[in-house]
Amino acid sequence: MIEVKGLVKSFGPTIALRGVNLSVPEGQFVTLVGPNGAGKTTMLRILATLSRPTMGAVKIGGHELPQGAAEVRRHIGLVSHQTLLYGDLSAEENLRFYGRMYTVPDLNARITLVLEQVGLAHRRRDPVRTFSRGMQQRLAIARAVLHHPSLMLLDEPYTGLDQDAATRLEAVMSTVGTEGRTVVMTTHDLDRGLAVADRVAILAKGRVTFEAERAQLDSAAFKEAYRHYTQ
Amino acid sequence: MSYLRKVIAIIAKDIAAELRTREMLSSMGVFSILVIIVFNFALELTERQIVLIVTPGALWVTIVFAGMLGLNRSLAVELDKGCLDGLLLTPVDRSAIFFGKALGNALFMLVVEVVVLPLFVVFFNVPLIQPWVVLIVVLGTLGFAGVGTLLSSMAVNTRAREVMLPILLFPVAIPELIAAVKATAGAMAGLPMFEWQQWLSLLIVFDVVLVTVSFMVFEYVVEE
Amino acid sequence: MKQRRDSVGTALTIGSAVLVVAALALVFLWAPLEITMKEVQRIFYFHVAVDWVGFLAFFVTLAASVAYLRTHERKWDIVGMSSVEIGALFLTMGAVTGSLWARPVWNTWWTWDARLTTVAITWLVYLAYLMLRGAIDDPQRRARFSAVYGIVSFVTVPLTFASVFFLRTIHPALFATSTAAQGRMQFETGLASARMGMTLTFCVIAFTVLYVALLRSRIRLERMADRVVRLQQEILS
Repeated sequence: MIEVKGLVKSFGPTIALRGVNLSVPEGQFVTLVGPNGAGKTTMLRILATLSRPTMGAVKIGGHELPQGAAEVRRHIGLVSHQTLLYGDLSAEENLRFYGRMYTVPDLNARITLVLEQVGLAHRRRDPVRTFSRGMQQRLAIARAVLHHPSLMLLDEPYTGLDQDAATRLEAVMSTVGTEGRTVVMTTHDLDRGLAVADRVAILAKGRVTFEAERAQLDSAAFKEAYRHYTQ
Repeated sequence: MSYLRKVIAIIAKDIAAELRTREMLSSMGVFSILVIIVFNFALELTERQIVLIVTPGALWVTIVFAGMLGLNRSLAVELDKGCLDGLLLTPVDRSAIFFGKALGNALFMLVVEVVVLPLFVVFFNVPLIQPWVVLIVVLGTLGFAGVGTLLSSMAVNTRAREVMLPILLFPVAIPELIAAVKATAGAMAGLPMFEWQQWLSLLIVFDVVLVTVSFMVFEYVVEE
Repeated sequence: MKQRRDSVGTALTIGSAVLVVAALALVFLWAPLEITMKEVQRIFYFHVAVDWVGFLAFFVTLAASVAYLRTHERKWDIVGMSSVEIGALFLTMGAVTGSLWARPVWNTWWTWDARLTTVAITWLVYLAYLMLRGAIDDPQRRARFSAVYGIVSFVTVPLTFASVFFLRTIHPALFATSTAAQGRMQFETGLASARMGMTLTFCVIAFTVLYVALLRSRIRLERMADRVVRLQQEILS
């Protein structure tokens, strides 16, 4: 599904990604961890077609970026630590707007369905401004899955959430957000990240320095590897 | 067809959001009223001659300054919570985003002008509510909103934010302003068309050129 | 570390110095004396030359801006920026020389006729361009936005000229009194007029060469600055 070879991204003299190689087969859940400044968000933005690679090859679903970006967008859903929602509009209005942008068929029914799935049906007419952070993130998931994307990109989705809200989010995420899709998630939370993934990778100083299947690792080993590879 | 639908959806979204808070319209409206009052006191409006000479300029200054308030706000809203990224994520054509935002901005300016024109009639005692004058105001607004949308989408991404927009926009908008003021003066005074129609033609040409160039380069502004 | 010899740059510097001095000589010693304005008229040669360069610089920036948006190569960004900086310098000189000429002839330092207005607006655009660059930290965004503004603001130059030009043709000329005030110059003989033409051409060429020399230096300077930053990065990581 995703093929990244030798990805380099520089912002003038600053090099954020120094040759990243990553391969994600269809249906797999990959968690990407790394210290601040490792390039996780940059990586995800490139996958989301919001940023262009400086060098290297990025292929999503067979389409090469940045040329095939327009085609790829249809199949991507992004949940970022920013909600990408209009605070003054209601949940329903936000979803209707995005639904129109994605030309989602049978929009009204779809909106009702996703709102129910994320547990926000009772707040559909309330302005998003009045939602708690946890509720906003759940609505963000609803927005991201509205158009049936086959690839979900999650950029530190648990940021700013307390334990309860994070657990709730995780529950919603695993049913609505990630089931049956290819997922790439970045996070600081090593435990949670390992628990939900099929594979984990560590991104440090702009490179993938460690990769392993979840089956081969337990929490302690992972934390040890993290300490080691992010020196 | 779906392109047009998406443009309309973007405009509708902006209208819906604005109707909730009415922040932009009210600040633009109040600002316009203040500018009109300041002009009333600052300019020697004693003689009819002076009033006729001065009014078109004062009108357009009001429109332009109020318009910039709206432009700043409209793009700042998109940056908040990363909404612009949300838009860019969708398969929507970048030019559709431009037209949606630009037309939305033009619409808000027109709404404010519906208030400003009658106020000018009242305070300056000039016949502004005429078909030709209205047409000129609409045309000038469209061009200004077009290039203003492009430039404000750059300005909000800089350190200086609100201050950057007038710096970027004024030099570029000057020819259009000159044509608009001259055309307004001619139409307002009820002069025969041949005396001022070249200003109207110039205004249309400027609008077409500015909007075309703006729409062509817009994608370079929003794409990283 | 030994510096590579910059033979082209040295040649340009020396060449432009020679040409400008020669231009000075031509203007004061060889060019004909104008009938009404006399010596004051000599500033015209420099005025036209630097104004011409000031606008040429905008063309260069326009081309570099388009090139940048197509290729995303830093070198075009450097060319565009350098040209604006130097163009602004030349345009300032143009405005100053113009004012010095206007005062004795028109009895005013400035007027809003078509050409002067266009000069003023172009100068404001240069200023806006530089301020825009100053307000952006990310180098790629800075290059992109500058290129976009370079293209969009370029259209304002002919448009401004057109709009003020129409202004002038509709209203009577403000200073229609003497031929000098109308900007027309008179010389004693046809041969003298030819000498004026040649002097003018020479001055334009001299200052264009000066522009190229300055542009090249500025580009080199920016490239060196880039290299310094890159070296810093390498050392730190």
